[in-house]
This record gives sequence, C-alpha cells and structure tokens, in this order.
Amino acid sequence: MKQELRLTVNGQPYELYIKPKTLLVEVLRDHLGLTGTKRGCNSSACGACTVILNDMAVKSCSILAPQANGGEVLTVEGLAKGAELHPLQKAFLDHGALQCGFCTSGMLMSAKALLDETSDPTKEQIKEGIDGNICRCTGYNSITRAITAVVKGEYKEEK
Amino acid sequence: MIRDFEYLTPKTLKEALTLLDKYRDNCKVIAGGQSLLILMRQGLVTPEYLIDIKGISELNYIRSDAKEGLRIGALTTHRAIKKSPVMRNGFTVLAEMERRLASIQTRNWGTIGGNICHGDPAGDPAPVLIALNTTLKMASLKGERTMAAEDFSLDYFETALEPGELLTEIQVPPVLPHTGTAYTKFNVIESDLATVGVAVSITLGSSNGICDDVRIALGASAPTAIRAKGAEEVLRGKKITDNLLKEAGQIASTEAEPISDIYASEEYRRELVKVLVARVGKEALARAKQA
Repeated sequence: MKQELRLTVNGQPYELYIKPKTLLVEVLRDHLGLTGTKRGCNSSACGACTVILNDMAVKSCSILAPQANGGEVLTVEGLAKGAELHPLQKAFLDHGALQCGFCTSGMLMSAKALLDETSDPTKEQIKEGIDGNICRCTGYNSITRAITAVVKGEYKEEK
Repeated sequence: MIRDFEYLTPKTLKEALTLLDKYRDNCKVIAGGQSLLILMRQGLVTPEYLIDIKGISELNYIRSDAKEGLRIGALTTHRAIKKSPVMRNGFTVLAEMERRLASIQTRNWGTIGGNICHGDPAGDPAPVLIALNTTLKMASLKGERTMAAEDFSLDYFETALEPGELLTEIQVPPVLPHTGTAYTKFNVIESDLATVGVAVSITLGSSNGICDDVRIALGASAPTAIRAKGAEEVLRGKKITDNLLKEAGQIASTEAEPISDIYASEEYRRELVKVLVARVGKEALARAKQA
C-alpha cells in the first residue's frame, strides 16, 4: 500500500505517494528526477549516493524514504546558486578533484556536511569526512586539496 | 529487490512493544537500518511488518554519573556517541571504536542498539562493551530484564532477544581506578567491518602495579563476539610484561574459532588475534598506568 511522504528537497517542498520499501535514493532519482545523486554499489559501501538529510551526510541508498518523512534533503543540485557554482564545486574543478565524476556528487555532499559542521577542519577531520566515499580515479589527494583550499578561504561564496 | 511490507511507526516504547507483541515472528524492527536494509535487499529478511523505532526519542540519550556509570539509550547514533564529551570521563575507548565504525554517513544514521541487535560477530561495539563489563537492558510487555553484554549474542546474527522484546539501554559501569581499555580492528578498507577486532581492559592494583582484573574480548573471531578467558588468566594476578602479553595472545588465538572467507583464512585470523591481543593489551596497560 502506498503512503504519503512529505519531503523538502533543495528548499522545495514535495508531497508524494510511495511504497514504504522505496529507498531515499529512488525517491530522489526516479520520482523527483534529481539524477545528480548517483546509485553506485547500492549497499552502503561506495558513498556515491550521499546526500545531506537534516544537516547530516547519509547514504541515500541505505535509508528507507519513509524514515526521511518530514525531513530536509540537500542534493548536489542544491549546491549551486543559479549559474554560480558552490565554492566546493569550483575548487573541485580547479584542483582536478574529479575524473570520471561518478563519485563527485557524493564527495561534494560529504565535504559540504563536513564544512557545515566544522568550518576549520584538520587534515584528519577532512579524511574522516570523506572516508565513506570511494573514488577510483583521483586517489583522494586532489579531493582533499580542493576541500583544503575552500577551508583556507580561497573560494569565497558569493553572497 | 526489497519485498513489500507494511510500515509502522510507533512513537513511544509502549506502542512499539505493543506492536512487537502483536506481530511477533511476522515483524522486524528497524532502527537506522544500516545493516538490515542490506539483508532485506538481498531477500534474506522479508518481514510482513516493519516496525520503525528510530523516531522513539525516549530511547535516544547519553547519561553519565559517578555512581551509575554510563547509560546509553539503544537508539543513540554512533555519531552521537563518537562526539559526546561524556566519553572523556573514562570511556574514550567507546569514542575511538565509533570513529572506526563504518563511515561517517553510516555513523550519522545507524544506532548502537541496532548494531548490537544485528548480531554480526564482526560488529565493533560488542567486543568493546564486553571488555567494559556492560549490561544490556531489554523490555517487553511483560517487563524489563538485564543481561551481560557477553551473553547477548547466541550465534551468527542471533541474539537472546525473545519475540516481543526490544533492547532499550546499554549500561556501562563506572570505570574503576587504574583501569585502561583499548580497542583496535584489522581491516583492509578503513570503513569496512573488522577482519578481527580486539578489545582489552586492564585494572591494576592501586600501588603494586599487579593486574587485579582483565577482560579480553574478540570480534570477528567466532560466531559471536567472545571473551578470551584463558588469555585473561595468563595476565590476572601478575605483573604484566611484554612476554606475558605475547603468551596471552597465543592462548587467545587458540580460544578463537574463526572462519575462512574472502577477507582472511582461519589461520590468518588466528595470527591476527595473537598479534592484536598483545598489541591492544600493551596499549590498555599503558592507559591503566596513567589512569
């Protein structure tokens, strides 16, 4: 039996009817068409599906959508302000922090959650922040360099 | 493909216990679901009713006082434990364990009670809680009961919970003076489960430095997390030296009943137990001397 789900995604309220077994990643991709969030391993290992739910990074393949009922979700589509990329997105581009790009949206959301929580993270905290995200191209160094550049204030958010 | 189920969201413990009592074997409890959903996706767990208890706020707390020790509600997330300043009062090992449990995303959503009730012998909390002499509190409509953490897991993914029963609280006793506890696990990828995990708690006599008490717990080394009691006997009542720790590791490796799988052979796991018991024991001893 389908049931009601209320969710705010990137500031936009949604009301939909889903089967309770629907995963959060399925709601985002298949129901709302927000395909920036990637479904990789589908088993909580790779982190490509990472979104921010109620201010926390979570793996959207491992959360039942009804568990997020009433919650606020931020996906990679919600990072940029119009044509203006988010500082993390700019830094990722400048530092070559992506190659194939499949991990990137998850990586960005983990990095965003980290910076929202800790404005001045240590190297260890940056590593902890992204250790649930697997990248098979870059070897992580360029990603941590990009995050560090944002931490150092090299990419100010345009107000 | 996850099988369809009816989804129920009790808001209080009482409501949850009533639903559990009603649906018994036809239902499954979900907290964070970080382990359960993997099994449901594989079709290994196919409940008719899924009882979502994550929203029961009365089971989400961390309390601590000198007399009672530490009380953690079963629905407290791993991340909350990792970040709690309360852990600095003698329970840093819990925060250290949580730091290494899965990834930050999983720690944000997954709960300590869910982890314990999942009954995976490779889970991180069980060996640490056993080393800390933890008691688990359970509730059903019939009332409450408690049990030592080391008795809770019965076999792979099987616990002592009766139908209709829910784990409600983790009770860690106050840390005795001159006690040090440490935990580590061996794994290949940082966010993976343990290939072998070892927790050691050592209590020294107040003046003589003799080992008054010791608890050694092994994870991913048997069908459940177990105590290596033979290894403990090697250390108890003695002045602990590197050689004694090595001997304890040797004994522990014979007490373990590990399996071979894609991560490690049985032989390799025994070797890990041997090495890690000595290594973690040394760290626990150093902490006990400073405590």
